[in-house]
Amino acid sequence: MSENLLEVSGLEKHFPITKGLFRRQVGAVRAVDGIDLQVRSGETLGLVGESGCGKSTTGRLFTRILEPTAGKIVFDGKDISHKSFSQMRPLRRDVQMIFQDPYSSLNPRHTVGSIIAAPLQIQSIPTPQGLKKAVQELLELVGLNPEHYNRYPHEFSGGQRQRIGIARALALRPKMIVADEPVSALDVSIQAQVVNLLDDLQREFDLTYVFIAHDLSVVRHISDRVAVMYLGKVVEIAERDELYKNPRHPYTVALMSAVPVPDPARRDRAQRERVLLTGDVPSPINPPSGCRFRTRCWKAQDICATEEPPLVTRLEDPESHQTACHFPIVEDEQVVGRRPASTPA
Amino acid sequence: MSLGPETSLHDESTPTADAAQERDTSEKAIAGRSLKQIAWRRLKKDRVAVGGGIVILVLIAIAILAPLLIKLLGHPFDEYHNDKIDPTLSLPLGKLGGISKDFLLGVEPVNGRDIFSRIVYGAQTTLTVAFLSAFLSTILGVLFGMSAGFLGGWVDSVISRIMDFLLAFPQLLFSIALVSVLPQSMLGFNTRWSRTIVLIVVIGFFGWPYIGRIVRGQTLSLREREFVEASRSLGARSPRILFREMLPNLAAPILVYTTLIIPTNILTEAALSFLGVGIPPPYPSWGGMLSDALQFYRYDPMFMIIPGAMIFITVLAFNLFGDGLRDALDPKAR
Ligand SMILES: Nc1ncnc2c1ncn2[C@@H]1O[C@H](COP(=O)(O)OP(=O)(O)OP(=O)(O)O)[C@@H](O)[C@H]1O
Ligand code: SF4
Ligand SMILES: [Mg+2]
Repeated sequence: MSENLLEVSGLEKHFPITKGLFRRQVGAVRAVDGIDLQVRSGETLGLVGESGCGKSTTGRLFTRILEPTAGKIVFDGKDISHKSFSQMRPLRRDVQMIFQDPYSSLNPRHTVGSIIAAPLQIQSIPTPQGLKKAVQELLELVGLNPEHYNRYPHEFSGGQRQRIGIARALALRPKMIVADEPVSALDVSIQAQVVNLLDDLQREFDLTYVFIAHDLSVVRHISDRVAVMYLGKVVEIAERDELYKNPRHPYTVALMSAVPVPDPARRDRAQRERVLLTGDVPSPINPPSGCRFRTRCWKAQDICATEEPPLVTRLEDPESHQTACHFPIVEDEQVVGRRPASTPA
Repeated sequence: MSLGPETSLHDESTPTADAAQERDTSEKAIAGRSLKQIAWRRLKKDRVAVGGGIVILVLIAIAILAPLLIKLLGHPFDEYHNDKIDPTLSLPLGKLGGISKDFLLGVEPVNGRDIFSRIVYGAQTTLTVAFLSAFLSTILGVLFGMSAGFLGGWVDSVISRIMDFLLAFPQLLFSIALVSVLPQSMLGFNTRWSRTIVLIVVIGFFGWPYIGRIVRGQTLSLREREFVEASRSLGARSPRILFREMLPNLAAPILVYTTLIIPTNILTEAALSFLGVGIPPPYPSWGGMLSDALQFYRYDPMFMIIPGAMIFITVLAFNLFGDGLRDALDPKAR
C-alpha cells in the first residue's frame, strides 16, 4: 500500500501561444506549473480544483498523452517523462484513462463491441476465448447487457456510455486508471452508481485510481487521499478524513463551502460558515505573483504577493498533510468570507 | 429532427435507464442501428430528395445506355438530315423544332442532326465530367484537408493559404486560357475524350479547396474529440486514428459536399463548352448546344429550350438530392 506506483516531481506543462504565419511564440499557458506528487499503489487519489486549473492536463501528463515541458514522471519505477510514442506503446497497457464526456469519448460510428475490442486489437492482446466473448465479458463486468455489443453509442444513456468507457479502460487490465471527471456529465442519481462501480472494480482488480473532479463532494466517497489544485499547482494534499476535518488552505475551505452537503449531521465547519468563492480564476497565461490564490484570498497580506508559499507540512498536522499557504487556517478560526454565516445561500 | 421513440437518445432523464439489467435480457442481440441506417431511413422519407435521386439515377442510366438508346430511338449524333430542314430558312420542318416519332426531340437547324441523340450523348459527357471532377476534387480535398487539420502547424498554414489563393483565383478565365492552348488530342485519346480529361482535371483541381476547407474544419474539431484521445492513449498509431477513427466521421460531410459540387461542375462544364473551350464539335455537349442555339433562339426556340432544360433539371436534381442528404446526415440531429 505504501509503495508508490507513480511519482512526479517538478512537473510542468506550458502550451505555447503562437502568432502569425511563422508561429512566433508570444507566450505560454502555464496549465501545469510545478507539481510534486506521489500516487501509492492501490489507492485512490482525488484531484480537485475549479475549471481551468490544469486537472485534465495533469491527468494527460500522467498517462503521457502529453509530454511534460519540465519535470519527471516515474511510473512503476520507470522514468517515462520523455519516452517516445513507440516507446510508450507497450506501457500504455498499464495506464488507462476514463474521460469526462460520455458523448465525445466514444466514436459514434463504431459499435460498442468494436470500441471495447479496440484496446485488445491495438495492443495485440491474445483472446483465447475469442474477441467477441472477451468483449461480452467486459460488458458484463461493467453491468451492461452483453448482447448489446452490436449497438451504437447513441443507443445508450449517458451512464451506460460511461460504463462502456470504463469497460474500454479495463480491457487491458491496467495497473492505474486516470478518471478525468468521469461523473461530472451525469445526472446526480447516476453518479453514485458509476462511482460505486469504479469502487467495486478497484477492489476486484487491485486498481490504482487518480480521480479528477471539480468539487470536493464527488471525490469524498472514493478517495483515500485528496490533492487540491489551483492554477497549475497543488495547494493542499492530505489523507481524505484529515483534509475534510482540518482543511488548512483558504482555497480548500472555499471549495468546501461552495458545495452544499445534503446530510446536515455531517456538515463541516467550513460548510456552516459558507465562504463563497468569488471572482474568476486568473489566467494561467499570466498567473499572479507569489501565492496564486491571493487575488481571491481574504487572508492575503503583502508577503503573499512577493513570496510563493512552499508546499509543506505544518507542525501540528500529520506528515502526510501538506499545505502551500503563508497563513493557513487554524483550528477554530472564524472564517470571514464575503457572506456572513446567517445569510442564506 | 426527431429520431422516433426507438432510439435511446433522450433517456438520460430517466434514472432507471442506466440500470442496464433492466433491459430485457432475453431480448435477442438486436443489431444496433448505425447512423448510416438512421440517415437512410430519414432520406427515404424526404420526398424531394428521393425525387432528385430518381432523376439522377435516370440520367445515369441514360448516359450509360447512350449507344443502345440511340440505336433504338435515334440516329447517329453527327448524321446530317437535310431532308428535315427547310432549305430556304434553314430551320427544321414541322412543329416544335421538328419533333416527330422519328426525331423525339426534333432536329438541329441547318444540318438536321438528331437532338435526342445529341442530348443523350451530352448527358454522357456532362455526367462524366461532373462526376470525375467531383471525385478528383474530393480526393484532393480530403487528402489536403485532413493533412492540414490533423498535422496542424506549418502544414496547415501552407495548405490553408493555397486554398485561399485557389478560391480567389479567376477559375473560368484561367480555364479558358489553359484549354485553348492545349492540343486538341493528347495521350492517344481522341478529341472528345482528351478534352473531357482536360475538363475533368481543370474543374476537379479548382474544386478541391471547397471540399478541403470543410474537411479541414471537421478534422480540426474531430481531433479535439475525446475518442481520438482515447485511441491515442491506447497506443493507436496515426494511420489507425486517421482511417478508423476520423474518416468514418468525415464520410457524411464528404458525401454531402461531393454531391453538392457536382451541380457546380455541371454548370462550369456547360459554361466552358458554351464559350467554345469545352467539348469540341462535332461532339455534343449541353453547353455547346446552348451556344449553337443562340443564333436561332428567335426562330427555333426548342433548340435552346431542350439543352437548357436538361442543364436546369440536372442541376436542380443534384442540389435537391444533396440538400436532402445533408439534412439526413445532419450531425446536429445525431
Ligand atoms: N492543448 C492545449 N493548448 C493550449 N492550451 C491548453 C491546452 N489544453 C489545455 N489548455 C489550457 O490549459 C489550462 C488548463 O486546462 P485543463 O483542461 O487542464 O483544465 P481543467 O482543470 O481540466 O479544467 P476543466 O474542469 O474545465 O476540465 C486551461 O487554461 C486551458 O485553456
Ligand atoms: S498564501 Fe496568502 S494569499 Fe495565498 S492562500 Fe495563504 S493567505 Fe491566501
Ligand atoms: Mg478537464
